[in-house]
Amino acid sequence: MAEKTKISLTVNGNAVEAEIEPRTLLIHFLREHLNLTGAHIGCETSHCGACTVDLDGRSVKSCTVFAVQANGGELLTVEGMAAGGELHPLQQAFVDQHGLQCGYCTPGMLVRAYRLLQETPNPTDDEIRWGLSGNLCRCTGYQNIVKAVRQAADELGQKEAAE
Amino acid sequence: MTEIAPVKSIGEYVPMVDGPDKVSGRAKYTADFVDPGALAGRILRSPYSHAEDLQVDTSAAEAMPGVVAVVTGADCDKTFGVLPIAYTEYPLARDRVRYRGEPIAAVAAVDDATALEALKRIKVTAKELPAYYTIKDALAPEAILLHEDRPGNVERDVFFELGNVADGLAEADLVREETYNCAEVCQAQMEMHAALADYDPERDRMTVHASTQVPYYVHLMLARTLDMPKSKIRVVKPHIGGGFGCRTETLNVELIAGLLARKARGKVRLVVNREETFITHRGRPETEIRIKMGMTKDGRITGVDCETYQRGGAYGGYGIVTILYSGSLLYAIYDLHNVKYVGKRVLTNTPPCGAMRGHGTVNVRFAFESLMDEMAQELGLDPFAVRRANLLEAPTFTENDLMVNSYGLPECLDWIETASGWRDRRGKLQSPGPGKKKGLGMACSHYVSGASKPVNWTGEPHATVHLKLDFDGSIVVLTGAAEIGQGSSTILVQTVADVLGLDMSRVRIVASDSEVTPKDNGSYSSRVTFMVGNAALEAAERLKGVLVEAAARKLEARPEDIEVLGEVYRAGAQDTGLTFDEVVTEALRDTGTITVKGNYSTLPESRGGRKYRGAAIGGSMAYSYAAQVVEVTVDEETGEVAVDKVWVAHDCGKALNRLTVEGQIQGSVWMGMGQAMSEETGYYNGLMVTGNMLDYRVPTIQDSPPIETHIVESMDPHGPFGAKEAGEGSLSSFLPALTAAVADAIGIRFNDLPVTPDRVFAAIEKRERARAREAAKKGAA
Repeated sequence: MAEKTKISLTVNGNAVEAEIEPRTLLIHFLREHLNLTGAHIGCETSHCGACTVDLDGRSVKSCTVFAVQANGGELLTVEGMAAGGELHPLQQAFVDQHGLQCGYCTPGMLVRAYRLLQETPNPTDDEIRWGLSGNLCRCTGYQNIVKAVRQAADELGQKEAAE
Repeated sequence: MTEIAPVKSIGEYVPMVDGPDKVSGRAKYTADFVDPGALAGRILRSPYSHAEDLQVDTSAAEAMPGVVAVVTGADCDKTFGVLPIAYTEYPLARDRVRYRGEPIAAVAAVDDATALEALKRIKVTAKELPAYYTIKDALAPEAILLHEDRPGNVERDVFFELGNVADGLAEADLVREETYNCAEVCQAQMEMHAALADYDPERDRMTVHASTQVPYYVHLMLARTLDMPKSKIRVVKPHIGGGFGCRTETLNVELIAGLLARKARGKVRLVVNREETFITHRGRPETEIRIKMGMTKDGRITGVDCETYQRGGAYGGYGIVTILYSGSLLYAIYDLHNVKYVGKRVLTNTPPCGAMRGHGTVNVRFAFESLMDEMAQELGLDPFAVRRANLLEAPTFTENDLMVNSYGLPECLDWIETASGWRDRRGKLQSPGPGKKKGLGMACSHYVSGASKPVNWTGEPHATVHLKLDFDGSIVVLTGAAEIGQGSSTILVQTVADVLGLDMSRVRIVASDSEVTPKDNGSYSSRVTFMVGNAALEAAERLKGVLVEAAARKLEARPEDIEVLGEVYRAGAQDTGLTFDEVVTEALRDTGTITVKGNYSTLPESRGGRKYRGAAIGGSMAYSYAAQVVEVTVDEETGEVAVDKVWVAHDCGKALNRLTVEGQIQGSVWMGMGQAMSEETGYYNGLMVTGNMLDYRVPTIQDSPPIETHIVESMDPHGPFGAKEAGEGSLSSFLPALTAAVADAIGIRFNDLPVTPDRVFAAIEKRERARAREAAKKGAA
């Protein structure tokens, strides 16, 4: 058994401390140590994006990040997107627009879209496609994913304008 | 006061009932059941493509601390499969291995690292045999047999001739013959295969959670391979990360998990990796098709002679059905007579193929539509005209006895013709830049709404749904139908709510847990909406009957005078009536919780004919129809093909949920695009070399065009509310529409798939060289 390393980080706004083997991947840490199973493993090689989480303001594919690399960091997973019992506009839009079928890629897609809308608050359809091109979906043909991100971008834009 | 009216959800745009779970991360897929008490399972796979005298020494692995159980072929001498006539696989190979990656042994250990280390300590020896990776090699006269009882390495030979092909071709003004090759493709569903097996040693019971489309078949095969009574087994299907047919048969993964759990006398979580998921396979076989067609000057098809070879892989799987579907579903889309079909399903030393989306129809449809299109061109006919010259007239029975009662293909053709601007735009599209050419192509396709004769014929109805109504006024749908992302749970909730006029929030659903839900054959052959939908419809009507009786009793009226308004039952417009909760209270009086049942069985006349051996395959209660136009830009300098837009119309009868129907159509078209343009498995001496999400090239969001979707509702007389298939039928027309569009753009028609940039580039170069030679010849002359 390898020696364990202590890490501390913020996950969905909660302080987390843990002792883990240095070889532990971030996705395994999230799923197996914290029981946050929203982010999925789809390929293990960083091609599919199902494991996407947000680390310190960047989208990362957590199957190719060591948990120790998240030490001291701030992490957001799909479980942290809804606030006060209300779905995030992106989550609601994916339901409304049928931006998902089997739902397996959805958590990664949502977290990536969340960051995309921070980077590019009012993206064109091309920018949405480019911004999500690291995430694969095998069900939808992406049609309604683009629509869903559009809906959320519009709603968030209106909210911002109102504020 | 607002008007009291029943709530309608059928035919609307209804978001999926499990959407909130899926967007919040709450939805649990099999691998999400993280349990510190579960052992980690891992599988050791064959390094040989073909070998016998397999010796497996597990002693060093068993001696490792942390290893709890090791299983090999010695632990199970029962074969499994999907067709009772083709149980040919062992969960773990015994004596003989037939493809590289076939499971040989498995380990359950305290953690994954220990399990992986233990695999390394298992010693395997065997005597290698010649291996065959191509149809040709496997069929060679000197080839040894993969299975002793499959002479010639043929899993199934199919032959029929209905009418007289020679006469038919003699009637034609034009006869042409072409050959086609479609590469092997696979589902590449996002969720890797997983099973969680929990053995209860005190009670000798087994509970298995599995990533499957067919929990019932898994149940049967667990009982068989574990040699346990079916009553001791429980199968639960959690959320499923896509299927597309790779999980329509029991996979070795869930059986090995069961074997490990029983030996470990505990719980084992077996999640195979992406490469193993690819190797477990059950994709669409590489297919070679030779097709000869006769056509009159006005485009009528007079005869078809089709020969199909499929490279099936090492075991039968659904292979017999696939090769039969390829023949039988030549029919039921056009008015065909004089058809000869020869099909051979060949056994090779590659991972077993299965029932991928559009099962059996896709590659032959590609060939058929391509040749039809090419012949039309030669005859100077429009691609639409040639389709219209061959339409069926419903209701009818085809020459091979398939029952067609609803047929919206003409409307599909009309819509795509108009929406795509075919008349005005074809042949007139402007080049978007130097070296770039644009083109339009179209094609048609169809698919069954469930197989009328199930593979496991038991005499039970095709579908059974239970509804439970209790004191709280909630209705629970209990169904075995496997929700795999296609939206079956939503459709069933809608059906029940709509019949009762209730808001969908009154209705919950419990699906696919053999402990509580009635048996269902599973999610394949697009059977669920039609069959389970009909069962749900019957159950809901029965429940409505019970409630109407209760309301009549309470209101002292006749049942036929009770008006059902969803939340209110009344005996006429003047009556204030009873609330739904009051009706429920009355209905439960003296009897308690109410359970009603609905069944569905197919009509005998829909089960195909007896005109040839296997003619029942293809029989369905209804067929969906689709047509699409594809617009492409071909870059002649790079060989790159870009799909600019797709217009697709799909006749699914009544669209019960327009939102999910459109999603299914778009997903089908898009999956067809992957097969047509980029997807292809590859092997090197039997080793799969595309077993990852980079080398197996599924289209990204960047490659994916806008897909304009139109629903045609031909209203099938037997479908629930008139509904039929929506999730597979529009896949296959993409393939020939794409090659037709490329041909329209650059004058080269591709008969081999996928149409990759290097293939296009090579074909353009070849053409340029030929042109240069011609020019040189002319110059010399």
